[in-house]
Amino acid sequence: MEYLIGIQGQDFVIVAADNVAAHSIVKMKQDQDKMFKLSDKILLLCVGEAGDTVQFAEYIQKNIQLYKMRNGYELSPTAAANFTRKNLADYLRSRTPYHVNLLLAGFDETDGPGLYYMDHLSALAKAPFAAHGHGAYLTLSILDRYYRPDLTRDEAMDLLKKCIEELNYRFILNLPSFSVRLIDKDGIHDLEKLIPVGAK
Amino acid sequence: MSYDRAITVFSPDGHLFQVEYAQEAVKKGSTAVGVRGKNVVVLGVEKKTVAKLQDDRTVRKICALDDNVFMAFAGLTADARIVVNRARVECQSHRLTVEDPVTVEYITRFISSIKQRYTQSNGRRPFGISSLIVGFDFDGTPHLYQTDPSGTYHAWKANAIGRSAKTVREFLEKNYKEEHMESDTDVIKLAVRALLEVVQSGGKNIELAIMKRDESMKILVQEEIEEYVTAIEKEKEDAEKQKKKT
Repeated sequence: MEYLIGIQGQDFVIVAADNVAAHSIVKMKQDQDKMFKLSDKILLLCVGEAGDTVQFAEYIQKNIQLYKMRNGYELSPTAAANFTRKNLADYLRSRTPYHVNLLLAGFDETDGPGLYYMDHLSALAKAPFAAHGHGAYLTLSILDRYYRPDLTRDEAMDLLKKCIEELNYRFILNLPSFSVRLIDKDGIHDLEKLIPVGAK
Repeated sequence: MSYDRAITVFSPDGHLFQVEYAQEAVKKGSTAVGVRGKNVVVLGVEKKTVAKLQDDRTVRKICALDDNVFMAFAGLTADARIVVNRARVECQSHRLTVEDPVTVEYITRFISSIKQRYTQSNGRRPFGISSLIVGFDFDGTPHLYQTDPSGTYHAWKANAIGRSAKTVREFLEKNYKEEHMESDTDVIKLAVRALLEVVQSGGKNIELAIMKRDESMKILVQEEIEEYVTAIEKEKEDAEKQKKKT
């Protein structure tokens, strides 16, 4: 039902998430923001079990901030991703597992942009592009066909739009809008919401 | 198994000697001064001269607790580390449960209640630190609070703790002017002048941190401190010349 996508370029990562918060067959909210700002240059996109998503994401968010306060500098995206993975894995083997699927996108001073895919079994993979949800089945192939590591920001945006258009065409559920954000050396930038229009 | 004996107990004439001894430990610590301006809050500490082979960057006596609050302390540095860590965790915990940053009063109350608990616990001694906690609430009001080993806290416009605190406080009482608190430079200068009263060798033994409304804490580099010191010395000279003329 929910959809997340991330595309890494040469010096940026662009991410998008749908804005629907649903309860069975009803859209409870159409402007839900599923991205959590972990630090100035790291975003966590989180979907899954209602309640688990916000609970887990905010817990990770506050712990990343605590690290910043204790040590005077922010965790790198790699460290943050591994920290998140460890937490998710520990909870998985407890009586209270979190059922969430995540994308972690960030920019590191030395390593550059990074996109990390994490699923509810706490598998972590660094990937040039990734997606979560039923929509992933429809869009991963488009990313396979058109992705290049040296995409410019506009090209990556076009690729993202291609994926959203495909969802609009082939996905049974109507996802009316998507939040889009871009992370580069200057931090996190909000881009215009993507609103797919009409039937093809 | 927990301890069964209290260490902090009343004396026949109503004193808690352990707490008073802790306050003595505070008086031996290096001086810290805090000034609350209208748009900026300032904390300054006396930097003890380090040994030749020691890296002086590792002695940090001003600690950020969150993006809107920071503190300095006087007394046992190791005790302060514990308190600062607990406060930092509480700041994030508050944000997690209430979705709002702490107010300066809240975190001061939290720190004070920890300190008080240790004056009434089996097997524990009080924390040997007094702290100056400054920051801005989310409605923009600046605050300066002082806590001490007994667990009491009070709000201040300007205060000092540690060695020679009395001298510095008297200086502040004489020289604090409400009108000057509008100007950020005047607030910072007051803190620097107060510290210069008791610090031996001038600018290079001072560590200064400021926070302007809606900005995070900024620790001033040595050059910036020197600028203030030179400006202050020039003002002193001019004042002397004026006096000589009249």
